[in-house]
Amino acid sequence: MDVEAAKLIGAGLAAIGAGMAAIGVGNVFGSFLESALRNPGAADGQQGRLFIGFAAAELLGLLAFVVSMILIFVA
Amino acid sequence: MATEAKVNPMYQFTIEPLAGTNGWEIAGYNIAFTNSALWMLITTVVLTLFVAGGLRRQLVPGRWQMMVETFTGFIDGMLEANVGKAGRAYVPYVFSLFMFILFANLLGLLPLGLVGVHPFTFTSHFTVTGVLAVLSFSIVLIVGFRRHGLHFFSLFVPQGTPIWLIWLIPVIELISFMIRPFSLALRLFVAMMAGHVLLEVLSSFVIDSGNSGLLWGGIVGLPSFLLMIGIGALELLVSGIQAYVFALLTSLYINDAENLH
Repeated sequence: MDVEAAKLIGAGLAAIGAGMAAIGVGNVFGSFLESALRNPGAADGQQGRLFIGFAAAELLGLLAFVVSMILIFVA
Repeated sequence: MATEAKVNPMYQFTIEPLAGTNGWEIAGYNIAFTNSALWMLITTVVLTLFVAGGLRRQLVPGRWQMMVETFTGFIDGMLEANVGKAGRAYVPYVFSLFMFILFANLLGLLPLGLVGVHPFTFTSHFTVTGVLAVLSFSIVLIVGFRRHGLHFFSLFVPQGTPIWLIWLIPVIELISFMIRPFSLALRLFVAMMAGHVLLEVLSSFVIDSGNSGLLWGGIVGLPSFLLMIGIGALELLVSGIQAYVFALLTSLYINDAENLH
């Protein structure tokens, strides 16, 4: 296979990671809402943790994006 | 192919020296006044004006003072919740950090291209976000070592570590500690860059399909344009969230330095 083609295929495969991160972020907010509706009184106190979880899940998706950008523009 | 597209989505991130400052040098280093520096200056000026407008110290605050006090109260509450009483000392730093990133993100999104001025989002550069992250990280190190001395290293051995895991846990903790500045900087930089690339790609769809006639303009261009409006709104949200996450994680790391685990 051509090296250029392999790079582009690799970049496309890295996009799977972005989709996975979407599942993760959805999971974070979904679980938060689910439990926040059960106990609305405690929900506001957990907002910091909500965003920490969101940041951690999102970072992994962003790493996938970085991988694909490196494959397209740098490697 | 990405390189043959009419609209190059990476072109918007080009740093170029502004009129006549190309050759400025100090000790062999080029210090040209770039568009990046210009937008940092604009952000600082706008931020200063915004905060200065709210510093009237009236007992019954007007609208403007209320806006500024909402932001300071927000940061104050965040540090109080995460660090405790000792967090008060860091309100100026975290507030400046939060507002600077927030204003930079929002100013970079302004549709000033319509009047020929192209805004430059300097938070979409790893050099800028990297310096901000290193700043936060070095504050953590300095505070931690000043307050606890060598005892600061107990951060790497959380309480309740089983004795037979004492060889492994510090290694993992050390790696997760050292990776903090990278994850801080990377998150902000990639989130801003990805959003701007996406907007640029969608706008190239609109332009190219519009140029190839009414049919393709209707099928491809119009939906792309509507999607652009939606993504634009999402980008506003992301600007706020990323600034918030940066400030929140900084305050968590400061908590580590102040109170250990």
